[in-house]
Amino acid sequence: MNDTTPLKEPLAQKRTTPLAISARGLVRHFGEVKAVDGIDLDVPRGMIFAILGPNGAGKTTLIRMLATLLKPDAGTATVMGHDLVAEPHAVRASIALTGQFASLDEDLTARENLILLARLWGFRGREAKARADELLAAFELADAAKRQVKDFSGGMRRRLDIAASLIVTPGVLFLDEPTTGLDPKARQGVWRMIRELARTGVTILLTTQYLEEADQLAARIAVIDHGRKIAEGTSRELKALIGSGFLHVAPADPADIDRAAEILEARLGAAVQRSAEGAQLSVMAGTPRDANEALSALMAAGIEISDFSMGSPSLDEVFFALTGQPAEDQDCKEAAQ
Amino acid sequence: MSAVSPATLPTVKAPRPPSPFSNALAFGWRAVLKFRHVPEQLFDLVMTPIMFTLLFTFVFGGALAGSPADYIQFLLPGILVQTVVFNSVYSGMGLSTDLSKGLFDRFRSLPIWQLSPFAGLMVGDVLRHIIAGLIILCIGLILGYRPEAGLAGVVAAFLLIVAIGFGTGWIFLVLGLLIRTPMTVMTIGFTLIMPVAFASNIMVRPETMPGWLEAIVVRNPVSHMTTAMRGLLDGTATGGDVLLALAAPVILTVVLSPVVLWLYRRS
Repeated sequence: MNDTTPLKEPLAQKRTTPLAISARGLVRHFGEVKAVDGIDLDVPRGMIFAILGPNGAGKTTLIRMLATLLKPDAGTATVMGHDLVAEPHAVRASIALTGQFASLDEDLTARENLILLARLWGFRGREAKARADELLAAFELADAAKRQVKDFSGGMRRRLDIAASLIVTPGVLFLDEPTTGLDPKARQGVWRMIRELARTGVTILLTTQYLEEADQLAARIAVIDHGRKIAEGTSRELKALIGSGFLHVAPADPADIDRAAEILEARLGAAVQRSAEGAQLSVMAGTPRDANEALSALMAAGIEISDFSMGSPSLDEVFFALTGQPAEDQDCKEAAQ
Repeated sequence: MSAVSPATLPTVKAPRPPSPFSNALAFGWRAVLKFRHVPEQLFDLVMTPIMFTLLFTFVFGGALAGSPADYIQFLLPGILVQTVVFNSVYSGMGLSTDLSKGLFDRFRSLPIWQLSPFAGLMVGDVLRHIIAGLIILCIGLILGYRPEAGLAGVVAAFLLIVAIGFGTGWIFLVLGLLIRTPMTVMTIGFTLIMPVAFASNIMVRPETMPGWLEAIVVRNPVSHMTTAMRGLLDGTATGGDVLLALAAPVILTVVLSPVVLWLYRRS
């Protein structure tokens, strides 16, 4: 990595660790709201690492701190061996950020956006153009190079936004909710690009609200909630923590719902979550066999079931399993505090 | 399978860091591109002043100065001042738009001189003011306006235009940083600027106004700018006229540039 503060380089080298990001006790408050409330994070180099959490959990605040856009109120962190607070310029030289909203100039063409950023990095006219064309080709945007960004589809925009972060190969690439708002096909496209990019050895820290996205892309996942990390591990480890999946049961007669909940809770030994409409129950089931036995118990008690299914846990269920609270309750809880 | 993909991208190291000046130039290039892609914005910039010029020259010109031909000689330098003051509102709108779209997050996460996006905005503004000024001047020439001081006077007048635009621009950069909706920036901007622009000597001689208003008008910085602009174009300006005209831009720069810096770093 080119360090633009060469005097500090020997010092920084000494502190260099195999970790791309190492954070201890990061805190950032906005008035009364503790957006990030003491987060430790170790991200090894060359890995896709996902920060999973619902809206308002503090994901964006965390990523903005690590990208030097926000100063932490407390805590320390190094990014590619550079201290976040003491050497922000060196951190900036070794990262790239793709924010939640496409950070592109809508009036300019795709190619002009990339050339502008290349020139800001210090490439001269011809080099800047060559780099722009190379990135456009790699992200399958060559045909749209001369179109204004405002005419781009959501998926194209995100791809260009990621390409714009790669003018200079970053040590760490931050992707804040890279597929929020995309249709499934566009999402697949962005996922493919992210996976391919990871093969070049770039460390990628992404935030997401989708368990599936973290599962598909990331080698490690940190789950955060209310500005705190509530779990971390590989996708497999997290799932083991939660169980193989969730059993969803809808009693035919709504009057049976309380009794059904009691039976399921007793049988499976886990808290039962009610759907928002109150007609369906969800409960963590260790194995399909456990689920089957619980269903049999319901029938033995004379409770008719109109529908049941077994599914892998949704983000909501992950949160329920980890915190005992549904993810959506955040705003209400904050209001109550 | 396409041959190139994100996986085939070579590792590219950063070149030698560019100077703040070349960063500002890159942002200036962006402003030029915007003119090319959105030429309509020129329409916004010059439509109001053109309407004012035509309306006042032909409708009120006879009553105000005896004849439209005499009046445009009086009015046009003032319209140039009005144009640059009004158009600096658009700088604030542009900044507000960039901020609301997250574009500045990307700029701020680059290892560049932190103020170069602002320097770039200034480059764009200067271009905007010069282009709008030239269009207004051309309309004036067609309508019979003649700058008595010739080319030298016109060049001096445009330097003053740039200085005025630079000074008033700070007001709207502050608004742009404080307010995240570009439309609100425009509304507040024009609400602030309208009375200041009209309670001046741009359209009417202050001697013809009621005493209390005249007292305000002769102290209005916009009046000083207009007096200097007329003087430069007519070749009658004194050093004192020019200094008075520059007072407000200098004070605004000294007072508001630290505020802009603080607001930018705070966010």
